[in-house]
Amino acid sequence: MSGAPFQAVVIGASAGAVQALLRLLPALPGDFPLPVLIVVHVPPDRDNALVSLFREKCTLPVKEAEDKERAEPSTIYFAPSDYHLLVEQDGTLSLSSEQPVNYSRPAIDVLLATAADAWGAGLCAIVLTGANDDGAAGLKAVAGAGGVAIVEDPASAQFPTMPAAALAACPTARVMTLADLLIFLPGLVAA
Amino acid sequence: MPHSVEDIEIQLLLEALYHQYHYDFRHYARASVKRRLIQARTQLGFSSFSAMQAALLHDLSTLPRLLNYLTVQVSEMFRDPAYFRALREKIIPHLRTYPSLKVWVAGCSNGEELYSLSILFREEGLEQRTMFYATDINPEALRAAEAGIYPLDQIRKFTENHQQTAAPTSLSDYYTADYGRAAFDKTLRERVVFSDHSLVTDAVFGEMHLISCRNVLIYFDRSLQDRALGLFRDSLARKGFLGLGAKESLRFSKHAEAFADFVREEKIYQRREP
Repeated sequence: MSGAPFQAVVIGASAGAVQALLRLLPALPGDFPLPVLIVVHVPPDRDNALVSLFREKCTLPVKEAEDKERAEPSTIYFAPSDYHLLVEQDGTLSLSSEQPVNYSRPAIDVLLATAADAWGAGLCAIVLTGANDDGAAGLKAVAGAGGVAIVEDPASAQFPTMPAAALAACPTARVMTLADLLIFLPGLVAA
Repeated sequence: MPHSVEDIEIQLLLEALYHQYHYDFRHYARASVKRRLIQARTQLGFSSFSAMQAALLHDLSTLPRLLNYLTVQVSEMFRDPAYFRALREKIIPHLRTYPSLKVWVAGCSNGEELYSLSILFREEGLEQRTMFYATDINPEALRAAEAGIYPLDQIRKFTENHQQTAAPTSLSDYYTADYGRAAFDKTLRERVVFSDHSLVTDAVFGEMHLISCRNVLIYFDRSLQDRALGLFRDSLARKGFLGLGAKESLRFSKHAEAFADFVREEKIYQRREP
């Protein structure tokens, strides 16, 4: 399946996010051909420190997503704290300060559902560790639009609730450990 | 990717809304509009966007209900306290040099930002020489802004925010609490004109010294953002100020040249000399 061409990777993570992403993101090679969009639940009052943390660790450029910029290949984008991150049909990004979804802003569901709409079968979406059920509805939308839906194996996730909820909502999702993802992700090719 | 039937229905619904009622959401950022329309479809009980369109055209009661979904009404007083602190410490000293002032809160929604500015200007002794213009496209939001009543459970957050603006007074000086609601002092709106105005279709209506428009432009597409920013440019007095939301910027705009960074980190810009 990883031989099929893709347009983007989106990732949602909550509790345990930093440790999981520290395994995955630095392992992506500099010529990784897709944009990577990430929502991590962070407290609204704090500046999003993820960008500076991962910028130091990653080969790929890491930035905070900006309103109406195009999602470029070989770039990692984090949603800013206190804003939802959405994908438009033309592959540009939008921010929104609409009410929290699943008590979260940014919410994983919002990113996944709009990315599914924009990229359909060209999307690979991953729900990682977390202690709530954000991302479940979004992952179902990704699979419904023909995209590849993946959950971190709840058996080995630091916090299994979120990937387990996503798997329950989207039973066709592929279940992968972080080690599986480390093999799978670098094999993705661009459309 | 080809447009789905649903996307076509949404486009037609927005056309109907424009042609029948002159509300133009056609150049709003579509992903967010679609999410809100999906919510409206579920919560208002329509089987499809086409059914919603038929109701919109034939049943007058549909419009206000739909507008409440299409316009975003989430805000708080003194949201991003650092912005208001920058206004207090870096912009107010300039505004003090004018004998009379005009301030425009564009897209005022339920009025949180308006009351924040009105309190700030009172604290700084500028209120009596200032006219405030609070505009929005949603009549229900304008009525709520004019009423100035907020749920009491929001007040703690508003108070925390206010304190972080280096405020010389306490927020509790400005409202009375009752039955779970906080009603803001009506003298705060004595110098406010509440008005229906669209950044999409309406024109310049005055020469402003400060325009505050926060978390409004993110709901527009690039072309509409440029339209609104052009309107702001044309509405500002020489060396007037424009304040945007924390994640909004002029960087990608064709009007970027008309403005200079004034407080860069708070997205406060100054109109360059024409």
